[in-house]
Amino acid sequence: MLNVLKIALRNLARFGRRTLLTSTLITLGIVSVLLFVAIAGSFKAMMIGQFTDAVLGHIEVHRKGYVASIDTLPLNLNMQPAMVARVEQALAKLEAVEAYSTRVKLGAMFSNFTETTSIRVNGVDPGKEVATTPLLPGRIVEGSKQGPVLKRGEILIPLLLARGMKVKVGDTIVLVATNRDGSVNGKTFTVRAVLESVSGPSGRDGYIHIEDARDLLRMKDAEVSEIAIRLKDPAQLDRVYAQLSKTLTGFAGKSGNAAMAGKGGGAGLEVHTWADLSPFASIARMIDLLTLFIKIMLVSIVLVSIMNVMVMAVYERIREIGTISAIGTPPRKILSLFLAEGLLLGAGGTALGTVIALALIYALNVWKITFDFGQQHGLVLTPTIRAADVAIIAVMVVIVALLASLQPAWKASRMDPVTALGHV
Amino acid sequence: MQLIRAEKLVKTYRAGEVDVPAVKGVDFSIDAKSFVAFVGPSGSGKSTLLNMIGCLDHPTSGRLSVLDTDVGGLNRRAAAEFRGLHIGFVFQEFNLIPVLTVYENIEYPLIMVQDWPAQKRRKQIMRLLESVDMLEQAHKRPDQISGGQKQRVAVARALATDPQLVLADEPTANLDHDTAYRIIELMKRMRDELGTTFVFSTHDPKIMGEAEIIFTLDDGRLHSSPGKAEVVHA
Ligand SMILES: Nc1ncnc2c1ncn2[C@@H]1O[C@H](COP(=O)(O)OP(=O)(O)OP(=O)(O)O)[C@@H](O)[C@H]1O
Ligand SMILES: [Mg+2]
Repeated sequence: MLNVLKIALRNLARFGRRTLLTSTLITLGIVSVLLFVAIAGSFKAMMIGQFTDAVLGHIEVHRKGYVASIDTLPLNLNMQPAMVARVEQALAKLEAVEAYSTRVKLGAMFSNFTETTSIRVNGVDPGKEVATTPLLPGRIVEGSKQGPVLKRGEILIPLLLARGMKVKVGDTIVLVATNRDGSVNGKTFTVRAVLESVSGPSGRDGYIHIEDARDLLRMKDAEVSEIAIRLKDPAQLDRVYAQLSKTLTGFAGKSGNAAMAGKGGGAGLEVHTWADLSPFASIARMIDLLTLFIKIMLVSIVLVSIMNVMVMAVYERIREIGTISAIGTPPRKILSLFLAEGLLLGAGGTALGTVIALALIYALNVWKITFDFGQQHGLVLTPTIRAADVAIIAVMVVIVALLASLQPAWKASRMDPVTALGHV
Repeated sequence: MQLIRAEKLVKTYRAGEVDVPAVKGVDFSIDAKSFVAFVGPSGSGKSTLLNMIGCLDHPTSGRLSVLDTDVGGLNRRAAAEFRGLHIGFVFQEFNLIPVLTVYENIEYPLIMVQDWPAQKRRKQIMRLLESVDMLEQAHKRPDQISGGQKQRVAVARALATDPQLVLADEPTANLDHDTAYRIIELMKRMRDELGTTFVFSTHDPKIMGEAEIIFTLDDGRLHSSPGKAEVVHA
């Protein structure tokens, strides 16, 4: 075995330039794929983190039908206290849940006493909200990030609104809302802080205290529009989603089938993951698809280049093959000689490519590349790649290298010695 | 003891639609430890005959036994195994493996064809290197030595596994007269030392004179009787 490798290695060295070119190609392929996987993966994770940690949480529970008409923030589709209690009971039993926040969502008129515009507002319990969407305090661009994020009588307003209405921190404004019965009510608030907008749904909503929201809407019961849930480990999303769907809707279908969920249990609730609620989910899927395509391209490059080299190698050495075959080298040893050559070529390129890619990924983390996405600026890219991903890609390339040498190696091992010896 | 025996041996190639008779029914036998040459003009069937003896090609008809084995009936794998066990080859173009040193070329059949333990291997290679006077060049690559030296290494490689028979198709055709003569002398000396049977083919009258038994082939047929002949070919 060692001798087979030794001979293979010497033959690769003998055609040094060709070996160098081919392994460079494989190295470049590996570097591009690993870099792409690391950068795209961390971009995806970061964007998902932005959505889940700033606004949406990982999972949201609504009354059935709410999400379908979420644009109008319908007040008649709020969850009644009994429903809320059921959800809270279910959540208490789930080990994987880190925190949850009950919200009252409403549309209102926002007035600075000279001008009026519309605003969407989340009534929240500040403590629970920050526990569920920990990036919220970080979004404060005017006003103090310290201290309680919100007290009764205070409002957090989005940056665009603050600019448009020329409202500053500490100003008094009025919210006017129509309640479920159609009567109108108004309430003054002090601007506690201005929030940076984030991309995605509810990224430009204001925040008030949940009790203020209920007062404004003259709610008699402690109704809730949505319950946002944060998980300890986002990787548990699918499992927790299934469990929660089962308990709350009697239907443990896959994410996205939530529309059907209510029909089974008839509990009148619906459960969604962040991916169901955010348009970014489709971008994330695109990224996954792109990654797949790039991997397919890598495999093709490796396949074609190694096959090409091995076909050449066999062709050039026909007489040599005839010689070793004539003196009695068993066909399987001839096969292994050429397989070893393809394998070494693939493995060498892969090893070098992996080292370079990991070094580059490390360097990218040291240099701190920043980028802008939508309203957000200066997001820091921290490319990371899982050891399993590296291993899978490397093993894949090495296997493809072997497969690519299989046909030429097979041909070499089946060669008729007399014909091969007569070859010039 | 008869090492090789051929009866009514025929080889007919098929080139497209036409049959090309290369060996047209020959009978001969070769004793163990002999030093034999097949001579004859180009196209007379020397290579064809040697290939059949070497189990590289199948006879079309007739019987051919080598070492009491009917080699006509061997399949591909069995033929390869038989060659690896019993036959050494020396080629016209030397055919050393270019990426291996002189030492490693002689070692090759001991590793890749047979499986000799390292100690025994080393002893055998050193002995052969000394016999063919290539000790000094042991660590050179084939492209760093002369044609005659290459053929000496090739003889050593052919003898590495202690075969009973060494076949050499025109082993001297690529060498000048003096060198050719010395290669034949070397083979004869190895025959004397080891008792290996050598069968070679040649055009060269001076070389064929070194053989103890000469078979003359003409258009696929053998001249009636072999001899220690002054057969010089036109
Ligand atoms: N593979 C083949 N297909 C068809 N005909 C062949 C083949 N090999 C040899 N022949 C023919 O068989 C005959 C004998 O060829 P062979 O090579 O045995 O002669 P040779 O005595 O070795 O000649 P040389 O001295 O030129 O090497 C020739 O007529 C040749 O053309
Ligand atoms: Mg010939």
